[in-house]
Amino acid sequence: MLAARAVSRILKSSCCRSMSVLAIDDDLNGLTDDQKELRETVKNFAQAELAPHADAIDKSNDFPQLREFWKKCGDMGFHGITCPEEYGGINMGYMAHCIVMEELSRASASIGLSYGAHSNLCINQLVRNGNEAQKQKYLPSLCSGDHIGALAMSEPNAGSDVVSMKLRADKSGDKYILNGNKMWITNGPDADTLIVYAKTDMAAHQHGVTAFIVEKGMKGFSTAQKLDKLGMRGSNTCELVFEDCEVPEENILGPLNKGVYVLMSGLDLERLVLAAGPVGLMQSCLDVAVPYAINRTTWGEPIISYQLVQDLLAQMYTWLGVSRNYTYAAARAADNKHFAAKDCAALIYFTAEMATKSALHAIQILGGNGYINDYPTGRFLRDAKLFEIGAGTTEVRKMIIGRALHHENK
Amino acid sequence: MSGLRVLVGCKRVIDYAVKIRVRPDSLGVVTDGVKHSMNPFDENAIEEAVRMKQKKIVKEIVVASCGPSQSQETIRTALAMGADRGIHVEVPAGTDADLQPLAVAKIFSKLVEKEKPDLVILGKQAIDDDANQTTQLLAGMLDWPQGTMASVVNAADGRLTITREIDGGLEDISVSLPAVISADLRLNEPRYATLPNIMKAKKKKIEKMTPENLGVDITPRLKILNVVDPPVRQAGEKVPDVSTLMEKLKEKGHL
Repeated sequence: MLAARAVSRILKSSCCRSMSVLAIDDDLNGLTDDQKELRETVKNFAQAELAPHADAIDKSNDFPQLREFWKKCGDMGFHGITCPEEYGGINMGYMAHCIVMEELSRASASIGLSYGAHSNLCINQLVRNGNEAQKQKYLPSLCSGDHIGALAMSEPNAGSDVVSMKLRADKSGDKYILNGNKMWITNGPDADTLIVYAKTDMAAHQHGVTAFIVEKGMKGFSTAQKLDKLGMRGSNTCELVFEDCEVPEENILGPLNKGVYVLMSGLDLERLVLAAGPVGLMQSCLDVAVPYAINRTTWGEPIISYQLVQDLLAQMYTWLGVSRNYTYAAARAADNKHFAAKDCAALIYFTAEMATKSALHAIQILGGNGYINDYPTGRFLRDAKLFEIGAGTTEVRKMIIGRALHHENK
Repeated sequence: MSGLRVLVGCKRVIDYAVKIRVRPDSLGVVTDGVKHSMNPFDENAIEEAVRMKQKKIVKEIVVASCGPSQSQETIRTALAMGADRGIHVEVPAGTDADLQPLAVAKIFSKLVEKEKPDLVILGKQAIDDDANQTTQLLAGMLDWPQGTMASVVNAADGRLTITREIDGGLEDISVSLPAVISADLRLNEPRYATLPNIMKAKKKKIEKMTPENLGVDITPRLKILNVVDPPVRQAGEKVPDVSTLMEKLKEKGHL
């Protein structure tokens, strides 16, 4: 048994599969057989095709094989996971989407984030709000991975107070002329299809926001420098510049001046799916810290046998279990058409903070090695911090929860 | 050359990444609650058949597995990789560890009688018992040529040219059809089962049968007496100089 097992292990780990990840108890997590198979499929793919590149992606702030990888994900069926079959998707729902997001983020949180922006913010918003012609035009190439998608909401002076955006869209014949800019746009440098929120009626505040579908190459649209971020490096982010950018009227996504509903309902689902990112990161913290604590000995004993180390690992494990199952509960509810804004806010607020704390614990367990960049725990920490900021800061999330508790019970 | 029908074998084994534990009764290894997956060499066998189908050499791929009910999951994986239909020869859970190469070869020879394939592709061995016998036994029973441990397979003019990995290097052989071949790990890199293909595979047919249906007696001919963990490697010893090293080597009879 040993000979062939060892050979296949060596060959598989070097050429096609990694094996350095822990087992997950999906009987406990309540996954169906299909969902367990899904995790296995995504895990094998992500550990072989993405994880080996994760450190280089972080160091160079670039993933040269991004387009090729995007196409492979398209072949696997990951991009259109919430998109109906007739537009090139596989229509498996939000629970499946969370599992894919989690396993990709476990391999590389930055590419996981790009995947989330593409598959949820862009594809799923088109699925939910696009008209038939828009869906047929844009979804197939986004689902196949030939095109990369993005969504643009924030501006240099409109983040948490996003409806104070200044990007204006003025009607001119059968076109709208966009002027202004968008900031911190994930996939911005690479995107072929972008959903962009702009003010079609400046005086009407939130009731003057409209969503547009913008294509790379449209006259007057350009991207500025790629941002040099603390973490999530290699998930390309930039500023978008609109200078008399002409967008045809038929590219309005959803009703005119009703963009704020497109935006807000999309944000709930964004928070849900993105929360699987920090879940994947917490899992990778354990994937690294547990074997390390078993192999590293002090005073002749593996450090995992010491209670102070066990304390760190037990906290990490518990935070992960709670975060994962809260996320899965909301995802299952979303698949049953039950959406709860305050819980989408609550679960990403919790998972994001716990991911940062887990990464800090992982660094502590690795000690001196945790503090050098030959080990991935520093990257986990820098990547995790993003989730406390992107898709609404922790403070905004708490505000949503507080307001909901107030309104629901007054 | 076109229109071949291929029978491929796939076995459900303990996953290659799992740390094996010996059962307390020392008569086998722990399988309960342990992750299983398709024998890696069988993935190569299926991949090769699918590639031959893509090259239009092969018309239909039938995949067969002998094992407990969970072997159907292994068959489904093969169907998702591109096999057309499956055959599950079911043996009761718990007795599958006693299913020995002779019985499996007999089952496959019956399946060959039934399916009349032009080619049988098996993994060169399963990573659980490492027997490496089924291909050879089957070829003998059928009186077909065999090409074992194939790392390259090419089809032309009604024959297969097979490159085999042997101790001294590589050996090229040519076999007529029908034939039995066994796949080595370097034969190809198996594809991923994609989500769309996993969904399509659910609609593909798996025919169920039993060894009794096929008239095969699977009573084990070998009895397992004792299973033990491999010996733990002893720590090495440092010697101060070369002459001591030579002395030690002589002492232990290595020189």
